[in-house]
Order: sequence, then C-alpha cells, then structure tokens
Amino acid sequence: MAGTWIFVEQRDGNIRKVTYEMLSEAKKFGDEVAAVVFGKGVEALAPEFAKYGADKVYVVEDDVFANYNTGAYVAQMVAMINEFKPNAVLFAHTFNGRDFGSRLAQKLQLGLATDAIAVELSAGKGLFTRAIYAGKALAKVEVAGEPVLGTIRPGVCEVGDVSGAGAVVKPAVAATAADVYQTVKSFVPTVSARPELTEADVVVSGGRGCKGPDGIKLVEQLADLLGAAVGGSRASIDSGWLGHELQVGQTGKVVNPNLYVAAGISGAIQHLAGMSSSKFIAAINTDTEAPIFNVSDFGVVADLFKVIPTLVSELKK
Amino acid sequence: MKVLVCVKQTFDTEAKIELKDGKIADAGINLIINPYDEVAVEGAIQLKEKGVAKEIVVVAAGSDKAMDAIRTALAMGADRGVLVQQDTAADEFARAVALADAIKAENPDIVLAGHVAADDGSSQVPTRVAEILGFPHINVITSIEVAGGKATCSSEADGGTQVTEVSLPAVISSQVSWNEPRYPSMKGIMAAKKKPVATVAAAAADNKVKIVEFSMPPAKAAGIKIEDEPEVCATKLAEWMKNTVKVELK
Repeated sequence: MAGTWIFVEQRDGNIRKVTYEMLSEAKKFGDEVAAVVFGKGVEALAPEFAKYGADKVYVVEDDVFANYNTGAYVAQMVAMINEFKPNAVLFAHTFNGRDFGSRLAQKLQLGLATDAIAVELSAGKGLFTRAIYAGKALAKVEVAGEPVLGTIRPGVCEVGDVSGAGAVVKPAVAATAADVYQTVKSFVPTVSARPELTEADVVVSGGRGCKGPDGIKLVEQLADLLGAAVGGSRASIDSGWLGHELQVGQTGKVVNPNLYVAAGISGAIQHLAGMSSSKFIAAINTDTEAPIFNVSDFGVVADLFKVIPTLVSELKK
Repeated sequence: MKVLVCVKQTFDTEAKIELKDGKIADAGINLIINPYDEVAVEGAIQLKEKGVAKEIVVVAAGSDKAMDAIRTALAMGADRGVLVQQDTAADEFARAVALADAIKAENPDIVLAGHVAADDGSSQVPTRVAEILGFPHINVITSIEVAGGKATCSSEADGGTQVTEVSLPAVISSQVSWNEPRYPSMKGIMAAKKKPVATVAAAAADNKVKIVEFSMPPAKAAGIKIEDEPEVCATKLAEWMKNTVKVELK
C-alpha cells in the first residue's frame, strides 16, 4: 500500500481535533500515515502531526490556499494523488471536509463514504460503517478505488498514544488563482467561550422542560461548570431559546460526547437519533415515562429548576 | 431566471427503523419530501415572489413513488416537474450522474437542493452534481441574495457563519434553518394536479459504493433511574458524574 493520507482540517493554523483522531486511527492499518496540509504559513504545524502518528507530512503553501476553497484544493489534491498514488485519503466530515471529499470523488469518478463512524482500510479497499437515518440504523459500505475515499465523523476515533517521524515533503503547487470559483466575503466566528457542539467532551442540552430563557440559563450554568457545549432539542430551537446551529437531532447535529446531559428533554425519536451514541447519558425530566430514560445511564425524575442548582453546588464540593 | 430544485422522497423523520431480511423495512412507513429539500423548494418560491426567479422546475430521481415529492413541491408553488426514473438503490455517484443529466437539459441559472438527505445522511449529491455541471457550489446556506449574475449566501459553517459569493449558474444547497416551508394550500394542491411533470430515463451509471450489510445500533443497557426529592436526585447525579463519568470541572 502506498499510504493513508489524512487531510488536515485547520483554520488560521488552528487544527481541529478530528485531524488527530484520524491520524491515530489510520495508524492501526499498518500502512504509512501522512498528514496533508494546505495553507499559508502552515509548515510550522508539521511536528504537531508527528506527535499523533504522521510518518510524513505533505505541506503545500501558497496564497491560493490561505483559506479553504473548493477549486484550488481539489486541483492540488488531484495533482498530488496522481503523483504519489496514496491508497486512501480521509477527510473530516465537516463543512469543508465533506465539500472537498464529494467534489474530489466526483472529479476522480470514485465512490466516497461520508460521515463514517468506523473504518477499516486495506489495499485498494475501505470498509466504512455509516449511521443512516441519523443513527437509527447502521450501514457497512465498501468503497473500492485508487484511492479509497472517506469522510470521518469527528469524535468517533480515539486519539492514540502513537507517533511518527513526520518527515516533511513539499509537493509542487499545482493550483492557481484561476482554479478559485468561490469568493469568501467573510467568516464570522460564533462568539462563544464554549466548545463546538460536535467536538465537545460534554454536552448539556435543554428542551421543552426548560420552559424559557430562565431554564436555558440553568443549562448554560451547568455547561460552563463542566466546560461543555450547549445544545437543544427541537422544542427549544423552535421556541427561539437557542440558535438552530445548536439543535441536536435528525435535522440538526449528531453528537457523541463522553457525557450528554438532557435537561427537560422528553426524547422524541428525532432527538434520540442525534445523541444516543454518547458514551454516558444523564437525563433530568419530570415525566417518569419520558423515552429519554430508555437511553439514559443515569436518570432523575425531578424538576430541572430544582435539580440543576443543587447539582451545580454538589459538583463544586 | 430559471431555478431548478432537486427533491428526494425520504422516510418521515418520526419513522421507527427496523430491519427485515437484512434490509431496511419500508412497509407502512410514511414518506415525505426530505426536510432539507422542502426548505430549498420554499427558497425557490421566495425567489419567484421577489421577482428573481421566473420559473421553478422540480426534479426528483427514483421510483414512481418520488412523484409524490414532486407533487408536494408543485402544490407549494413550483411550476413543473421532471421525474428521472432510476433504481432506488442508486448510490451518490449514480444519482448525481442521473440528476446532472436531467439538469443539463433544463439549463437553469440556479440549482437548489437540501445539503443532506435525512435518510442516508451522505451530503454528497449536490456537490457531485455541481462538479459534473462545472458549476460553483455553496453549501448549508441560511440566506441568499441574487443580483448581477451572482449569488451571495450565508452558510452555517463549523464554528461560525461564512458569506460566500459565486457567479451563476451555481448549485446552492440549503440548511433547514434557511426558512419555514409553507404548507400547500387546498388551491395549490388542486393546481398541482394540472401542472406538467415529464418522466425521463436516468443516464446510465454504475454504483461505486457497495452496501455490505445493514444492522441496528447496539441496544443500550438499562440505566439507573431515581425518583426522589430534587435535592437527593441532584446529589446522587453529582456523585455519578464525579465517580463514574469522572467529569472535570472548569
């Protein structure tokens, strides 16, 4: 095999954790593991990838790669695939990664497994497990090709205790400004001190039982104590208590943190689809019959307005 | 300006999924327009109401059942439909080839679609269609402005909001928070029955991805459930978080 490539997800030099997760995971298949990073001023990041298992780091620096853009990134990747012939190229299943993977796959007339929650790679073949119907069922799919292409869901692979030589390789720049067909006018980061919902170790979500902004404030208070992301069920999003980007469920985000706390969420099937793969689930709900208790490891049948303040002070002890 | 909307017929998001003979059981399951595509249809209608779009064409690929998704879009306000007859087992590659072939014949200025389907969750097809057509693409949009041969859209990107501009023709795919799709009126439903829907054969393309097996996610073991005074519940929950989950405080 000629290597597993992990495309580095970064913005302004900030590397997303999923990159490290994929590097560690790729190491399991015995093949050489390479991080592939495009950008401006990104060579300094190379030792970071070695720490997580990269045997090689392909660094491509040019103004045209300063920010992710589909045209130039695809053109560069196609040229590098033709030159170095990797066995597999994996992307993070993110806003940019799935765009990159899909467009590249079509350009190369190849299959692609998106949003995989497990992967097994061998020569010329990848077996990917995908959550379908937002996790209500699983499909194992086979992608054959040169290279095998897939996008991996953040948070499903463990960052391992592995390292690599991290030898830097600098392929020729194969894209020009003429390849760029989108103009990014602005990127405004969500102003939040909290971690990103799909990457957080702990998620605290509020639902209809929060009854309004006051209940959500309690959810946020608990989240901040735990360094958690805040999420919500459809009821709290539709009521305008939380922004849509925080919706957990079938038409929102699928999360799989170490701990998911559902406060005042009954557990409609669409919501369960988005969070039931979390490692630990705690539920606070006044309705003892609420379906959320069927998936929770620790459920308390009580009023969140009374439980959360005590929980916060007990945790602080 | 002609706006084309790709729609997919999917299971109702409230459907309970079960396996039968190793496949996803579809008996008795209510079918709906993929919620993300429904938002795209609404977005197209709003462009028409603003005078930006003149005609809205709805395209679906799949079995005859997909006709229901087309009729729903027509009842909401789209003008005519195209059903691309294709095996429902088509993968993202084959589906994109078939849709792109039908779209080419229509020569639209804007192709709208949901950014992901609520069933397979692949989020590949609109991007693949854009590649085949050689169009630029903006994903996961929550707003659109069309002027001077360009589309400018806000997208829900990871960790922020991105504003992207592309020249038309382009593929634009929607996030559910873009708008609130209207319910078809009785008048709309009646009118939809008379709107033309062409049926065409899919362009030939073989699947690239093979489904090896379907399975159900591992069932969760029953957990602890406590019914007691709130303070007692909170204390026990705190102990569990500290001792079992081993949470770290900020």
